[in-house]
Amino acid sequence: MDLAEFDHHAGIPGTTIFDGRQAMKGYALNKMCYSFNSKENRDEYLRDPEVYFDKFRLNEQQKQACRDKNVLALIEAGGNIYYLAKFAGIYRMSVQDVGAQQTGMTTEEFKQKLLDAGR
Amino acid sequence: MARILGGITTSHIPAVGNAIANELFDDPYWKPFFDASPPIHGWLADAKPDVVINIYNDHGLGFFLDKMPTFAIGAAHEYRNEDEGWGIPQLPPFPGDAELSWHIIEGMVADEFDITSCQELAVDHGFTVPMQLFWPKLGEDPNFPRAIPISANTVQHPIPTLHRALHFGKSLRKAILSWPRDIQVVVLGTGGLSHQLDGQRAGFINTEFDKYCMEKIVSDPDELTRISRMELVEKAGAQGTEFLMWMMMRGALGERVNLLTKNYHVPISNTGAGTMLLECTE
Ligand SMILES: [Fe+2]
Repeated sequence: MDLAEFDHHAGIPGTTIFDGRQAMKGYALNKMCYSFNSKENRDEYLRDPEVYFDKFRLNEQQKQACRDKNVLALIEAGGNIYYLAKFAGIYRMSVQDVGAQQTGMTTEEFKQKLLDAGR
Repeated sequence: MARILGGITTSHIPAVGNAIANELFDDPYWKPFFDASPPIHGWLADAKPDVVINIYNDHGLGFFLDKMPTFAIGAAHEYRNEDEGWGIPQLPPFPGDAELSWHIIEGMVADEFDITSCQELAVDHGFTVPMQLFWPKLGEDPNFPRAIPISANTVQHPIPTLHRALHFGKSLRKAILSWPRDIQVVVLGTGGLSHQLDGQRAGFINTEFDKYCMEKIVSDPDELTRISRMELVEKAGAQGTEFLMWMMMRGALGERVNLLTKNYHVPISNTGAGTMLLECTE
């Protein structure tokens, strides 16, 4: 088998497949987000995010995406949504807030879109 | 001899845990979802399973990307949840059945399934929400079963194929049925159905595909094994790959099952929510 056969990045619009390539790219960022499972770590992060970024060796792209709380940029920087959800949780962003931000809607519009899917 | 009585599928959205905590059972948003539970409560009250095999996918609590098992089986005497980063309430520990866990691990590895065994495993909402949903009193229910968590990787590709997931269930069935003690077992398949949390396609829900999956999982799960993993991402959404847990459960139920109840509701949070109760015929 050729590795190229396993290129999952072809063509589902608006979707980044989180595979080995993304996992390598986002390891530090995801590791930081994983640490947020513990309240102690969340509190430490909130005391000084910049120090916490360096503790986990985030690169500049990852730091900036965190500062901006920009979910698409966090994914671009290698973030995995299951771990990013814990980052979003620190800022009390719901999954609807996260969805709204990524699709350029208000949270109310995004919730309506979900309701419409059930009609 | 151990018997498998049936299987239950459900979505396991964290918001359901909050809705249970706030008793929103009759709230207009939640009622169509919670209406699926009473027939299952009734069936469980009669069936009184001794053990529940809870097949779920960890969402970044029990496992990190440093070591990501494709299939992991809990082998602990008890399992605890944690707050997962957004303050989910701490629940009392869930009693396990470590001896049966090891029997399953032995049986499945002998059957050439390569299992990661976990003597410690923090269980997240994928495990706890279905337990709260089907045994609302948890440990205070005198019939609360011992639990064995099984988690499959859907966090990071490559994820297992649908074919492998179904076969996992079949191997799990053989291992359970070879347990010499007289116990009754139910199997949960939790997660899904269609949803996508990430990317510009966030909010994607595919009711037609969900309904197709709910039909075929009963009558012809083999047909579902023809769906490729990328096709599953495309049709069910990036996190709709959790449907793998349903396939694993289905494999454990034997060839023919009776569908006892079925409920489908959109949306719960960002998700198409499917609940089913399948009774084994063998
Ligand atoms: Fe999930």
